[in-house]
Amino acid sequence: MRILLDKFTKKFSDLTVIDEMDLEVRDGEMIALLGGSGCGKSTTLFSICGIHKVNGGRILFGDKDVTNVTSQERNVGVVFQSFALYPHLTVENNIGFPLKLRKESKAEIKRKVDEIAEMVHIEPLLQRRPGELSGGQQQRVALARALIRRPDVLLLDEPLANLDATLRLEMRSEIRRIQQETGITAVLVTHDQVEAMSMCDRIAIMDAGKIIQIAKPRDMYENPVSDYVAGFLGSPPIAFLTGQVQDGNFVEPSTGTKMPLSAEIAASQSGRQVKVGIRPEYFQPDGATKIAGTVSFMESQGRETLYNVTLPDGSILRSIQGVHDPVHIGDRVEWGVDSAEMMVFDMNGLRL
Amino acid sequence: MSGNYRKWPMIVFLSILTGPIILMYIYLFVDTVTNTPPGSMVPNEFTLEHWRFLTETIPGRPSIWLATWNTFVFASVTTVIVLVVSSAAGYSLSRLQLPARSFFLGSIMVLHAFPTVTLLIAIFLILQMLGLYNSLSGVILVKISLELPFGIWIMKGFYDTVSWEIEMAGIQDGATRFQVWTKLVLPNVKPAIMALGIFSFLAGWSEFILPLVLAPDNKVQVLSVYLAALIADDNNFDMALFKSVGVFYVLPVIILFIFFQNKLMNIYSGGNKG
Ligand SMILES: Nc1ncnc2c1ncn2[C@@H]1O[C@H](COP(=O)(O)OP(=O)(O)O)[C@@H](O)[C@H]1O
Ligand SMILES: [Mg+2]
Repeated sequence: MRILLDKFTKKFSDLTVIDEMDLEVRDGEMIALLGGSGCGKSTTLFSICGIHKVNGGRILFGDKDVTNVTSQERNVGVVFQSFALYPHLTVENNIGFPLKLRKESKAEIKRKVDEIAEMVHIEPLLQRRPGELSGGQQQRVALARALIRRPDVLLLDEPLANLDATLRLEMRSEIRRIQQETGITAVLVTHDQVEAMSMCDRIAIMDAGKIIQIAKPRDMYENPVSDYVAGFLGSPPIAFLTGQVQDGNFVEPSTGTKMPLSAEIAASQSGRQVKVGIRPEYFQPDGATKIAGTVSFMESQGRETLYNVTLPDGSILRSIQGVHDPVHIGDRVEWGVDSAEMMVFDMNGLRL
Repeated sequence: MSGNYRKWPMIVFLSILTGPIILMYIYLFVDTVTNTPPGSMVPNEFTLEHWRFLTETIPGRPSIWLATWNTFVFASVTTVIVLVVSSAAGYSLSRLQLPARSFFLGSIMVLHAFPTVTLLIAIFLILQMLGLYNSLSGVILVKISLELPFGIWIMKGFYDTVSWEIEMAGIQDGATRFQVWTKLVLPNVKPAIMALGIFSFLAGWSEFILPLVLAPDNKVQVLSVYLAALIADDNNFDMALFKSVGVFYVLPVIILFIFFQNKLMNIYSGGNKG
């Protein structure tokens, strides 16, 4: 079911956490709310499910205005960051709890619990208590409990934050699989760009209570609207240089390196200060526009190695390369930037 | 664990310390079923005469069974009401945004700090005005109000350890706020309820000063007052009888302890792990 936030505003006493947010989640879509800690992701999520009352604007499920509908009546499944399983109940009773509240018959509950347990692969665990489960198993139980009522909407608040690295990888694809199997509309809250990029149809990136950009993961990576978005997506992150536009080139101040700009930007920004963003994959030994600096940091990531190259004025470029002839920290290198892939931002951070 | 130190010095040391206490208990019990000639330490005959108070009423005293019943009513009614009120009040203080919440929390602490004795005269006067002097309900009310601050405080502390997200999950699953409390939160503070229940019952069972001052009458007498009256009676002084009633008085407490020992030892904090 489609979710629509229309000028949704949320305050905690005097503090306005979300100010007039507009967001549409399409039917059957999984969208990520991505942003740093404290930017209002959970607040948005808890407003969609009705735990928080909104202070302005409307929330619609389908065409129905649910702004003033209680959480009990919204039919939303939520997976909490800590999973929030009921410690005194068995897995079976945890999952069946929503149905028991609706006074469904024992046989009916059993049938549905078995069905959903099979989908999330926890059939052998039904008689255990949450304390006897691993993190990933608890996660699956929490998903099952959220889904058993066939909710219109599934909300996940940092569902992978409490899992260790391997489980995170496994659950990432599991959650996506279950979402696609059920065809449910889902909102995933996360501060991890990798999760957002790998699990969701679209990403809504947030900063300080505002949505900065909504786009498909690949589109957002390739066409960020601001330096904030560009910096958020990609690991290792993009590097920024500040300099002036002169004669159709971006001039890096400390080395005087000239990097060609597109005619359009060169014309409109002539003589101005701008910021360019260079992703690590576009700063390579064989790049066209050579720039010299000192290797100041190296990190082997197995198949690839990340290098930080410090320019004379202290600004840093990053490069990620396959393993080749050894380069050492302190070496002077002259690598090249693929200037066609450079992103240019004005000094307020807006993409040009 | 045992490999790290030798056990026997510990055992010897503890035996020396506890030996006299155990000896006293043994004597207490032996004395209730034997007679000892004057001047001797060793009993010379078995008798049940000191337990005659169970079947016949001692002149001028209430029946032991009436006193036992009164004590039981006093302790259990106190316990039930303390449990109900503390678990509701503790929840409100822990979770709901009440007006004057911090004032309540502060005054609970202060109330708990008041020694009972300082309040005795005031309470006596109030009960007399209300016509509750010399009645079980009066003294029960007083006991409850003095136990409540402790109970509420303990319960609040335990509720604080139950995660908020469990309650949110309950709401989301369709439960009302009341169902969340009864079905999801209360089961997670069960150890606290057990402990508070046992402590309240024991406190009620052993309460002496309140019933002595506020309900001394034979009809409403409790065991502690009954026992005190025995020893205060200089005319018919009977040490063995006093001991027998004493054993009778502590027996339920001991049974309770044996029964709930594991529960009392296991007062872990509720809430969810991991
Ligand atoms: N119940 C609350 N009362 C007051 N302020 C809150 C409450 N919940 C969240 N906030 C504030 O709202 C802001 C956004 O919080 P949240 O939505 O939890 O951020 P996140 O994006 O990390 O999930 C934070 O500054 C936080 O301090
Ligand atoms: Mg959060």
